[in-house]
Amino acid sequence: MEPPAGTAGVDRPYCAWCGAARAQGDHAACDRRLATVDPPRHCPLCARRMVVQVDPMGWTARCSRHGESAGTNGFA
Amino acid sequence: MTAVDPSSTAEDTAQAAGGDILAVAREQVLERGEGLSQEQVLAVLQLPTDRLHEALALAHEVRMRHCGPEVEVEGIVSLKTGGCPEDCHFCSQSGLFESPVRAAWLDVDRLVEAAKQTAKTGATEFCIVAAVRGPDAKLMEQVRAGIAAIRAEVDINVACSLGMLTQEQVDELAAMGVHRYNHNLETARSHFPEVVTTHSWEERWETLQMVRAAGMEVCCGGIVGMGETLDQRAEFAVQLAELEPDEVPLNFLIPNPGTPFAHLEVPQGADALRTVAAFRLALPRTVLRFAGGRELTLGDLGAEQGMLGGVNAIIVGNYLTNLGRPAEQDLDMLESLKMPIKALNDTL
Repeated sequence: MEPPAGTAGVDRPYCAWCGAARAQGDHAACDRRLATVDPPRHCPLCARRMVVQVDPMGWTARCSRHGESAGTNGFA
Repeated sequence: MTAVDPSSTAEDTAQAAGGDILAVAREQVLERGEGLSQEQVLAVLQLPTDRLHEALALAHEVRMRHCGPEVEVEGIVSLKTGGCPEDCHFCSQSGLFESPVRAAWLDVDRLVEAAKQTAKTGATEFCIVAAVRGPDAKLMEQVRAGIAAIRAEVDINVACSLGMLTQEQVDELAAMGVHRYNHNLETARSHFPEVVTTHSWEERWETLQMVRAAGMEVCCGGIVGMGETLDQRAEFAVQLAELEPDEVPLNFLIPNPGTPFAHLEVPQGADALRTVAAFRLALPRTVLRFAGGRELTLGDLGAEQGMLGGVNAIIVGNYLTNLGRPAEQDLDMLESLKMPIKALNDTL
């Protein structure tokens, strides 16, 4: 994933799949989904639900606070 | 169509189906081209795992004889995502559930770009999909503009999936040059009320009949693993056969968070492959397409087994709200299996 503009190098405290804090709970299953069949649905910086558009070769996700990110298959 | 005693064993079913089901299917389906009955499909679905390879091999023979070696490749894109008023229990795009999927619209420029990306893979079909009960005037206008722009720039058949249609909308889509219309029955008629309550299986059937009468190709399939019994899965296969669709897309449930089916298990690979073989033996001449969910259910090896077990079409790239394998990975798989991609001039 290309991080939202202006956030390169910043830690991602939230799970992009379930939106919960990564420091709490086990997110292995979330990570598996993100690596195979799901684009990020929550902003990894603030946990807001993002507006996501999937197209045949990639996806874009827009957080109302942190801007747009994009990727191809799989979110790592 | 007769219901099957749910307490019957695989042996009971095989006897009712006329003896060893694969021997029967070889004569009936491969030699005579007649699809299996509900009882016979159930017997295939109940085959022990040590006979799965044999069932897939027969289904592959049927596909090669009645459909040929070519594989039809398609790409799909969501034109209007989320906010749907219907309650399809598998769908993350329903506005009635607490799903993380938010509403989004795709503009015409990005729609054309998606069609171009799809055509570059060698695909002959590009399907425009909207999460709606049926299209309103705004959506029909977006579809009209999108199709006109695609036809001006991209050499590919355009398909649509816009929910339930009125006769006027069917006629409009046919006039726009829509090649194929997708509207999935999703599951067996007897199981449908457990999956959707905001509209009926019969309403979907009516749209499909109008689509066919207007001269568009009919694409109709469903999702495996939504809590249906094997008997209901067999029922669904023969109901699809009665419809005589040009294409059947076969999806495997992806349990999506926030939906009523979030708690269901991902279908098991062996069950999914039995279903692939059984559907091919029920539908010997239909385009049978791998669609969503194969990545979780089958993985890479299972996808190859399915392609060698009756499947003769594939959606490449991503789906509507879920991601697929990279298109190149599927194209490499087809090349390694020596399966040629169907050319555009063979689809018209």
